[in-house]
Amino acid sequence: MLDYLEAKAETAVAAAVEVRGLRYSYPGGFPALRGVDLVLAPGEKVALVGPNGAGKSTLLLHLNGILRGGEGEVRIAGLPVKPQSLGRIRALVGLVFQNPDDQLFSPTVVEDVAFGPLHMGLEEPEVRRRSQEALAAVHMQEYGSRMPHRLSLGERKRVSIATVLAMEPAVLALDEPSSGLDPRSRRALIRLLHQLPQAMLVATHDMHLVRDLLPRTVILNAGLVVADGLTSEILRDVRLLEEHGLEAP
Amino acid sequence: MSFLALEERFQEGSSLLHRLEARAKLLAAVAFIFAATLTPTGRWEVLGGLAVLLAAGVALGRLSPLLVLRRSALALPFVLAAVPLLFTREGDEVFTIPVLAWRWTATSAGLEAVLTILLKSWLSVSAAVVLTATTPATDLIRALRGLHAPRIIVATVSFMYRYIFVIGEEAQRLMRARECRSACVSGRSGGSIGWRAHVLGNMVGSLFLRSYERAERIYDAMRSRGYDGELRSLSTTSLQRADYAALAVVLGLLAALETYARLSGS
Repeated sequence: MLDYLEAKAETAVAAAVEVRGLRYSYPGGFPALRGVDLVLAPGEKVALVGPNGAGKSTLLLHLNGILRGGEGEVRIAGLPVKPQSLGRIRALVGLVFQNPDDQLFSPTVVEDVAFGPLHMGLEEPEVRRRSQEALAAVHMQEYGSRMPHRLSLGERKRVSIATVLAMEPAVLALDEPSSGLDPRSRRALIRLLHQLPQAMLVATHDMHLVRDLLPRTVILNAGLVVADGLTSEILRDVRLLEEHGLEAP
Repeated sequence: MSFLALEERFQEGSSLLHRLEARAKLLAAVAFIFAATLTPTGRWEVLGGLAVLLAAGVALGRLSPLLVLRRSALALPFVLAAVPLLFTREGDEVFTIPVLAWRWTATSAGLEAVLTILLKSWLSVSAAVVLTATTPATDLIRALRGLHAPRIIVATVSFMYRYIFVIGEEAQRLMRARECRSACVSGRSGGSIGWRAHVLGNMVGSLFLRSYERAERIYDAMRSRGYDGELRSLSTTSLQRADYAALAVVLGLLAALETYARLSGS
């Protein structure tokens, strides 16, 4: 708990996310990231866009140290991502996978939401309080005892976000949060993400989501940041978007 | 494709049996299976007593006897393994069948052994059917955890339960995709058996690879939320007085039956 408060205090001064000169090649030699620099201020909401295979998911997996071993440095709230800091890093970064069937691996919703806080070493009453709060934040508090495979895709996506909110992270890293959702669930998701105070890096192809939710946009292509600026300006630059396989909403 | 349409074993209800705590029911069912297994061969009245106990369970759980019978048919194929006993036990001849140059003689002792095994396995499977029909799978998993079953086994069961539906649906999509492309010209069948087996093999392989890749992603998702090799879980609810009482009644009856079987043994 103290560790966590300390880290939270650091957030106030340090950048939420700081990526410097990050390079990574998958086993087999395919270079996925070729020198990425990116800084997110605390609470800043940033879109990460680019064609398939640009390295978006690879970058997200570096934020909490699931992928390591390339060149460069990643710091979360001032704390470098290193083997000895992984426990604290994973409490600071809430990474939500694209497919809720990968994210939700427990037999019931509440057990899944409790998984993060339990593995942070919190006491059970605190775990239960956080789980209830996280489920309430995504308007799923009635669904605690339900089984994930009985929920709709939109509901599973919301529970997926609750599983990391319960860890009270400083940064949310979301991989395609709106893919496969119908328009109504999409709007509900955008409203929900809008209310969250955390810094956010959202990898997505959904340019409407980018326009409505994320004031800053980073375009990643072939493992490099090729544009980084205000969403309103980037979305107006039709040539830039087309060059990188994107489309204005 | 009906074999892929996985159904939930749990039957909604609010009967006495539904309301009992899962750990009490699990222990009672395991004790029942042990009692059935330990019953000596040919003690029909003891097996009958167990059947009465089982019928009481079906009634208390407000389950349809037909449903229990249908699901317990699962035990039948395993009885085939006991059939050789019919011919290998020494005893009075009941009937003889000629097999090529040999004559196989079934004995009364053999018949008794096979019937006992048939009844025992059917009783055991039926007890499990009653348990799973009155207890949600998620509660059973928690009960295993609460009874301190080995963590790795509980985790395996829990993952299996979570993903069997996901993998089942994936298999269904593969089958559907195959059917959509299995057009045939009139007068010609859809390929040789060897070729079809080849297609099926590819499908099974692809299902395995997908599951394997999914497992890696799930492991990453677990690590992302702080998993470091030790699985932790929420504590379970406590057993009530009614749970202890029900468990005591079942254990007492089983102990009485088994004691009788041994004391009055012929």
